[in-house]
Amino acid sequence: MRSLRLAMLLLWKDLALEWRSRDVLGLMFFFGTLVVLVFSFAFLSAGHTTSDVVSGILWSATLFSGTLGLERSAEHERETLRALLLTPTPPAAIFLGKVASMVIFMLAAEALVLFFGALFFGVPLVSQGGKLAALFVLGTIGFAAVGTVFAIPLSRHQSGAKDLLLMALLYPIILPIVIAGTRGTAALLDEIPDLDAVSYWLRFLAAFDVLFVVASVWVFGWVIEERT
Amino acid sequence: MKPGFLIAWIIAAVGLLVCPFLVLSAPLEQSMGFVQKIFYYHVPSAFADFAAIYVCGVASVMYLFKRKPNVDAWAITAAELAVLFGAITLVTGSLWARKAWGVWWTWDARLTTFALCELIFVAYLLVRNYGGPGSESLCAGLAIFGCIDVPIIYKSVSLWRTLHPKAEVVRTLDPAMKPAFYASLVSIFALFIALFYLRLSVERRRVALDELYLAAEEADAKEQA
Repeated sequence: MRSLRLAMLLLWKDLALEWRSRDVLGLMFFFGTLVVLVFSFAFLSAGHTTSDVVSGILWSATLFSGTLGLERSAEHERETLRALLLTPTPPAAIFLGKVASMVIFMLAAEALVLFFGALFFGVPLVSQGGKLAALFVLGTIGFAAVGTVFAIPLSRHQSGAKDLLLMALLYPIILPIVIAGTRGTAALLDEIPDLDAVSYWLRFLAAFDVLFVVASVWVFGWVIEERT
Repeated sequence: MKPGFLIAWIIAAVGLLVCPFLVLSAPLEQSMGFVQKIFYYHVPSAFADFAAIYVCGVASVMYLFKRKPNVDAWAITAAELAVLFGAITLVTGSLWARKAWGVWWTWDARLTTFALCELIFVAYLLVRNYGGPGSESLCAGLAIFGCIDVPIIYKSVSLWRTLHPKAEVVRTLDPAMKPAFYASLVSIFALFIALFYLRLSVERRRVALDELYLAAEEADAKEQA
């Protein structure tokens, strides 16, 4: 319970910091929009495209803006992390607080990406909104959990190529999320939505989240330990 | 030179000399013909790759627990061998696919899983090489996630059409093909162990050298003070 309370406090700290600086969200909104626009110019021909392409665009925008958000958010933590680790705060609480704030930031950016998806590609936000939201929420939890494990220790890394290292570490691991997210979204965006496939991918994402959040809490404690 | 290392090298050398003759004398498979002979190198390399991946995973967990450079040396050695045997498996598999399916590559469940495993361990080596000090624990985390990821990736792509022959192929192998297959399996595993020993001893020497440099620098600093 104490860990959860501490995690909530750290979440509150991140949200208050963001409210004042608008540093992370501003960047994520801009980049998410940019990716959707660039891909729209590339793939939209005669006003329409296939569900596979739309799903790919939405998830690419989510991943790229999420990675940028992770880097930026972890950068804020660089100075405070040592101080936090000197307090009796368990690493699990630091991790959960950071994941919670990342999930909130990413969901806000995804809402904008989906809005542009509806605007440019007619993504059915009203009729399939619930399932679409479930796919993105589950995908975001897994992404934020694995991303935080690597982004926070990397923020204190001496290397100049931190951004590149984060992508090298993160992307191969979260590929199952990309596969499940894009397949599920494409099934939902088909003219006749394949709801069986959507529910399969939703269950898959939920199982992935449980496994990876547990593994992430465990690995984060170890990885961060060396840097104290 | 340790006796185990010498025995592994001898088995690997003799095995790799004898194997081509055994493979050549094994009967031709009815549907695939001569191209099926790639199987004798492809499958053992895949087994060696999985062995390397899980050695790396276990060594990484142990490293994060104990923080001993010696354990880390096991992890990096295994990661390099995972990339090597993974590449052999992918190349031999691709050659076989061209002949059997008419394409060099297809997004089949097993192929995709394998390519992603290879990607995870290439990322491991990239981060180790360019990450500088502190990348050991990050890479240990990557290897642990990599090991957890293998079955998930397989599951995630299993909805797609699987063209790849099933794993029962090994168990239901024609008895006349078994000597060539097992000889190849033993030789490739002996090669794996021999390379492992070799790379491990290089890594241990590198760690010892680093420690000597550090000790020399500290001694210099003390003298100057």
